[in-house]
Amino acid sequence: MKMKKRLLDGARLKRTIHRLSVEIVERNKGTENLVITGIRSRGVPIAERIVKHIKETEGVDVPLGILDITLYRDDLTTVAPQPLVKPSHFPCSIDDKIVVLVDDVLYTGRTVRAAFDALIDYGRPRAVQLAALIDRGHRELPIHADYTGQMVPTDRTEVIKVKLQETDGEDEVLLMEK
Amino acid sequence: MRSQATALRSKDLLGIEPLSPEEISLILDTAEGFREVSERPIKKVPTLRGQLVINLFMEASTRTRVSFEIAEKRLSADTLSFSASGSSVEKGETLIDTAQNLMAMQPDMIVIRHRHPGSPKMLADLLPASIINAGDGAHEHPTQALLDAFTIREKFGRLAGVNVSIIGDIAHSRVVRSNIHLLTKMKANVTLAAPPTLMPAEIEKMGVRVVHSLDEALEGADVVMMLRIQLERQSKTTFPSLREYFNTFGLTPERLRRANDGAIVMHPGPMNRGVEISSDVADGPYSVILEQVTNGVAVRMAVLYLLAGGHLQES
Repeated sequence: MKMKKRLLDGARLKRTIHRLSVEIVERNKGTENLVITGIRSRGVPIAERIVKHIKETEGVDVPLGILDITLYRDDLTTVAPQPLVKPSHFPCSIDDKIVVLVDDVLYTGRTVRAAFDALIDYGRPRAVQLAALIDRGHRELPIHADYTGQMVPTDRTEVIKVKLQETDGEDEVLLMEK
Repeated sequence: MRSQATALRSKDLLGIEPLSPEEISLILDTAEGFREVSERPIKKVPTLRGQLVINLFMEASTRTRVSFEIAEKRLSADTLSFSASGSSVEKGETLIDTAQNLMAMQPDMIVIRHRHPGSPKMLADLLPASIINAGDGAHEHPTQALLDAFTIREKFGRLAGVNVSIIGDIAHSRVVRSNIHLLTKMKANVTLAAPPTLMPAEIEKMGVRVVHSLDEALEGADVVMMLRIQLERQSKTTFPSLREYFNTFGLTPERLRRANDGAIVMHPGPMNRGVEISSDVADGPYSVILEQVTNGVAVRMAVLYLLAGGHLQES
């Protein structure tokens, strides 16, 4: 794979996540009942950063959930490899909460579909919202993000590579070609 | 420990012997993710929806059969269990005929327990379905060894270098054979102890240490695994009496003091209280016997998931 373009560098990635945090608090008129929930694997560090930024600006500890959607995928026998199954975790009940799902890249929408199924096995949120760092289009399901870091029109042959300090040792988002 | 393998190579789980250390690590790592499912309010995920699993238990079983059934149900598979009694096996149907008739109903996986060693292998060669060995004679019982290893790894954080002593009816035990394969592949130190009549000749060749007294086996042990005296498999008397067996090889709290600090006591079940293990030990603080049962469900979910096509992605 060769790199076509650097979509976000470290500084812009940081500002984008900060903006998402502000938008989430603004839209919900505060932080009451919010549960920020990262979808494994790269949604988790982004969700952690959103929680951290809300703490810094609002002085509030918003609960952080972790959702593993591996067991809810619709392609178990058709694609390989699958991610290693890891536990999901919520620090509190999600009943009547506003769950903000966080993922790195929104593409076909199938991951989010699986996340809905996984989420309702843990409770009945009052509302579910979706935050995506990158929206690259090509939806196969009627799903849209409530908060988008950056819209990137892409070709299906292209790949978005999100690198985060926590998982990859550096912060950047690259547009690659297969 | 990071698993290197990303998938199992075979469509079947016939034993531990054919598995690589990387495949064993993959199963154990995957099982860790599955344990959380059993702790949720809704203990079910849709992963194997629409897949049919047949549990073919031609020999008595409570724990293993129930554990497999729960694992299958928690993965949303359709399951069907049957045993030899009350089936056409009683009318004289051969295993191959039974299996081919079942295969005509398109199951995706068959879990089989049979008293003849090699029966799962025979079905695996014959049928396109994934075959999981749930115990074949005195040959192997792979999911038991995997859940034992999972439990040991949970307590000690590793398998390599852990001193595991296995005591009891070594000769008739499929659990011990699977455990020896697994533990030696994962570089644990295995010691066996049994009366000479219950110790197979030349078993040292499997890479284990053999001693003939319980105290010797307990010295320095991190894990004490007691095996059931299999009264139903003994064609002739191999020791004078159950009482004498308990006095010589039965595990009591006093004798357990020879083991290392923090040692754990395991038993694959069903226990003969007062024969190989005293109730004080079985119900005592070092016993992880019921944790083994809980872990069994997670390990079997991992095996079903991986055989159904789940693979590990390096991310």
